[in-house]
Amino acid sequence: MSSPGIASTGERGSGLGFWRSFRMAAWLGWQIESNWTDPFLFAIYSFVKPISTAAILVVMYGIITQGDFESPIFTYMYLGNAFYIYVGAVMAGVSWAVIDDREHYKTLKYMYVAPINIPMYLFGRGVAKFVVGSISVFITIVFGLLFLHLRIELSAINWPLFFLALTIGVIMLAMMGLILAGVTLLIAHHVWFLGEAVAGALYLFSGAIFPLEVLPPAIRWIGYIIPITYWLELIRRSLVGEVAEAFPTLQGLSSQQILGILVALTIIFTILAVVVFRWAEKRAKERGLIDMVTNY
Amino acid sequence: MIDNLSALGSVETQKAGGLLLSLKTIVARAYPRVIGAQREKSWMFFDVFLPMLAVSAYVFVYRAIDAPEEYIGFVVVGGAMTAFWLNVLWNMSSQLYWEKEQGNLALYIMAPNSMMAILLGMAIGGMLMTALRATAILVIGSLLFNVEYQVASFWQLFAVFMLTMVALYGMGMMSASMFLLLSREAWHLANLAQEPIYLVSGFYFPIRSFSFWIAAGASLIPLTLGLDAMRQLVFPSGAALGFLTVGVEILILLLLSVIFVIGARFLLAHLEKLSIREGRLTESRR
Repeated sequence: MSSPGIASTGERGSGLGFWRSFRMAAWLGWQIESNWTDPFLFAIYSFVKPISTAAILVVMYGIITQGDFESPIFTYMYLGNAFYIYVGAVMAGVSWAVIDDREHYKTLKYMYVAPINIPMYLFGRGVAKFVVGSISVFITIVFGLLFLHLRIELSAINWPLFFLALTIGVIMLAMMGLILAGVTLLIAHHVWFLGEAVAGALYLFSGAIFPLEVLPPAIRWIGYIIPITYWLELIRRSLVGEVAEAFPTLQGLSSQQILGILVALTIIFTILAVVVFRWAEKRAKERGLIDMVTNY
Repeated sequence: MIDNLSALGSVETQKAGGLLLSLKTIVARAYPRVIGAQREKSWMFFDVFLPMLAVSAYVFVYRAIDAPEEYIGFVVVGGAMTAFWLNVLWNMSSQLYWEKEQGNLALYIMAPNSMMAILLGMAIGGMLMTALRATAILVIGSLLFNVEYQVASFWQLFAVFMLTMVALYGMGMMSASMFLLLSREAWHLANLAQEPIYLVSGFYFPIRSFSFWIAAGASLIPLTLGLDAMRQLVFPSGAALGFLTVGVEILILLLLSVIFVIGARFLLAHLEKLSIREGRLTESRR
């Protein structure tokens, strides 16, 4: 007879076992993320960071254009930047759990001997960051609407497309996070936030804050093979259709075609994530890195 | 046997003390930072290549909105200096929290060396490695984006850089001692101080864009004036976009250096006693 909440060996690889691993990890992640302070300070913490990131772009844009916030490029840039918060949050949420558990709490080895599914556990740990990221995205957009004349009309939003794109996008980001978690298993913690560092790098290629045409042709193609580009385009089209379609990057493609590409790339990244994580996990076990502690 | 014991005793009397002990401690704490980077080459990719791409994104934002070319240079210099801010934030300020969690902090306190020497070792080791990263970002960024420099005064540039580093790491040592009292919140506070500081210190645009009082307030962070002065000294149009004159900024940086280093010494002594009294040195609120 197994105790409630504890997956038996048979359940470990089953749907029920996956769900339990995910649910308990999500609860744990939320506690780690939020219970270090009172709700008021936590709320301040949750909005100061994203507003500052958005404000850097707003100030840069404002200085050069003398405050022309009515321009479509501003809406393009602002929305791309706001939703890009998810990229850092979800990828970092999934991959950071490896270092947090391995070197901070020193519990990763116990996770490996517990009857849980490790990738599902890591996804669960990313949920808290996703929730905080969602609050940040919401606050950033409200800030833009209230103070920066962001051109979003609530009645014109394509809500089904928005939620569909958002859901697929979060799955795709979680898979990219799993790839990074695999890499993190093999490296020391020189890099505190690998997920955020990679997100910072992909910021360049995904057309988040400028159309891909601005990039030199030699590196522009990278933008076309990463799913984040299509995901952000769909999000923009669902929120401000005519503004997004005015930019040449994916002008020749309909929203359905972009959705198809996003789904296909998400499937490819899912397969890649499973293969890379399994390989990295095997290497980490062989090299005794599961309980590695590095402190420089 | 007695001979052996007396030999041991004589070894004990030869133990370093005073300044020599402090110097040895500084080298000992700086050592793992420098040598760690040699053992784990992966940092080159994650700490140089990835931040370089992030800096490039801001360059292309300026290109997308047809900004004057000198702004590209501003971003490259600012991007290189972010390495120092991140190092102070994560490897100085919150490092004592991390050491506490790892169990090293109690060992530091028990050892016969001063905590000030340990912090200095962390600072020097971190500064050396970060200087390498910052140089790599600066060189690669300048070559990639054809940034042209016209140095007005090498002496002033050297003085600005060194004073910025002393003041910045002095501030890092001060905040590290404050972090002695903190637990898990230290982590989140360090996280919180990242992007807001990029914003108010003008890492990607001239600080003069803000009102005088906001810029003056931000000047408490040494990188604000350091960056502003460096930009004035290396770009022809830098002086026109500067917040204060370079001379005034050097004087303020000098003042900040003295305040932060002395402040770190007093604060560390005080907070070490306080955290020992309150039993916070070994606590681990998880």
